[in-house]
Amino acid sequence: MDSELKEVHPKIIQALLDAETDITVEDALENEMILNMGPQHPATHGVLRLVLRLDGETVIACVPELGYLHRGYEKLAENMSYYEFIPHTDRLDYISPMANNVAWVLAVEKLAGIEAPPRAQYIRMMVAELARITSHLVAIGTFAMDVGALTILLWTFREREKILDIWDMLCGARFTNSYTRIGGVANDVQPEVLAKVKWFLDQFNDNLTECEKLLNTNRIFIERLDGIGVISKEDAIDFGFTGPNIRACGVEFDLRRAQPYLKYQEIDFNIPVYSEGDCLARYFVRADEARESAKIVRQILEKMPQGEILLNQPKKVLPKKAEIYTKMEELINDFMIVNFGINPPTGEIYHAIEGSKGELGFYLVSKGEGHPWKCKIRSPSFCNLQALPKLVVGHMISDVVVIIGSLDPIMGEADK
Amino acid sequence: MISADSLSQKLINQFPETNFDISEYRGEITIQFPKKIVIDLCKFLKYDSELEFLLCEDITAIDWAKRKERFTVVYHLYSFKNNLRLRFKTNIDESEQSGGKAGYSIDSVTSVWQAANWQERETYDMYGINFKGHPDLRRMYMPEDFEYYPLRKDFPLMGIPGSIPLPKK
Repeated sequence: MDSELKEVHPKIIQALLDAETDITVEDALENEMILNMGPQHPATHGVLRLVLRLDGETVIACVPELGYLHRGYEKLAENMSYYEFIPHTDRLDYISPMANNVAWVLAVEKLAGIEAPPRAQYIRMMVAELARITSHLVAIGTFAMDVGALTILLWTFREREKILDIWDMLCGARFTNSYTRIGGVANDVQPEVLAKVKWFLDQFNDNLTECEKLLNTNRIFIERLDGIGVISKEDAIDFGFTGPNIRACGVEFDLRRAQPYLKYQEIDFNIPVYSEGDCLARYFVRADEARESAKIVRQILEKMPQGEILLNQPKKVLPKKAEIYTKMEELINDFMIVNFGINPPTGEIYHAIEGSKGELGFYLVSKGEGHPWKCKIRSPSFCNLQALPKLVVGHMISDVVVIIGSLDPIMGEADK
Repeated sequence: MISADSLSQKLINQFPETNFDISEYRGEITIQFPKKIVIDLCKFLKYDSELEFLLCEDITAIDWAKRKERFTVVYHLYSFKNNLRLRFKTNIDESEQSGGKAGYSIDSVTSVWQAANWQERETYDMYGINFKGHPDLRRMYMPEDFEYYPLRKDFPLMGIPGSIPLPKK
């Protein structure tokens, strides 16, 4: 060291030694930085924009900005018939469109005072549960990717792909299914589809266990999640959490159990509940729920009755195509429903199902016309996102993406 | 579990001078109340030990277009304790605002449920209802300088040309 210094001019050395090198900042606020995250950011799962105030790497304030995917579906719903809105529900939570279809038709059926035949209800239950599996697989995969575990994404998407193939066989579409109809479903489940569902269930548990092994024994993954983004039970309820997020906080609230719809009262299933309320608990809840859904689908396959898949109620339910072409009455009814709508009686209803992300509800007000007077979509992602500022404050900026991933928001739903 | 009758009795005992209109349709209970008691009512519903409506599921409004009391604000509340969902509604009329202009307003219930924050912001954005006492009443989805309220019935479905300016090149 000294020999090196001798080669430098002594005046320079003296100047360096004399100089003031300690940096002191009197006002800590001078270190603050405003960071704009999104709306085009791979870790925000869509077009969520966050404005963060940072002190070094620590988040001290966060303001989410929504609306980059606002398409005005509530306005559109007021201007189209109940049938016409079914394809639009696909675009709400685009990871599990089947569940949205089911939620919409159940709300409309409640408003119109009709009920689908048992086989149709079982089919709806099956597609809703399979949709929950796809949704949770995507949630786990992208969540792990945000943390840095890239392999899981490929593995969970491989499983999801099998369900998308089932959708393809079932209704001819992979993503935007529009499968349900008011009073039933679009077409019956063929035996090949049921066989494929059974094949999927037989191998699903093992494959999910494989994915879990890769994550649960990964020290980096666990330490990135454990104790991050903790929210208490009381706060979670106060912020309006529903779905897996509230069950990760120790609240056993599941609409399938609390207010059963379809035929859930005939099904035996557990509700996974964790009490920690952190990101790790939210991941465990999703993995357990995917397994429970597989259990539910297995029971549905056993219990599914034979029979009609569409209600025979000419004033409310579109008749089958073959009947329209051959019978006069059906042709008239089809014309009336397509042109003037199903005209439910004057009244208002709110119907919610346990969607993949939480409580997905539709509030409909009818004035006896063919289109709703008012349609409000109660989307779970919107309510869950609201607690984001509370969750991220005090954490590092790298934890922000983890917390967003653990809340699993879908912006198509949050922005409507 | 609490029945609809005992619930209405409780409300009448708590607010003796108020008219409640309680109706039931398709198994759902709707309670209409005058807008001036909104905060007291919400606090009572949340903190009463027999009711405990802890979860504020949804707040929205209905535009009746040509009616005199033009808007109805609708609250959906859920009680874990009673496994009961209730709908509370109140009509609001045009009234004098602080700025001297006429407008629609109601007291904010953000102090009761934090979940009401974004729900009220969304309702403000879509219907132009001013929630008095709201801590952060900005637009939820539309740009901050947008002048119209899209879910009002007089807003055309196709939008208003030029209302959202394109970014400058």
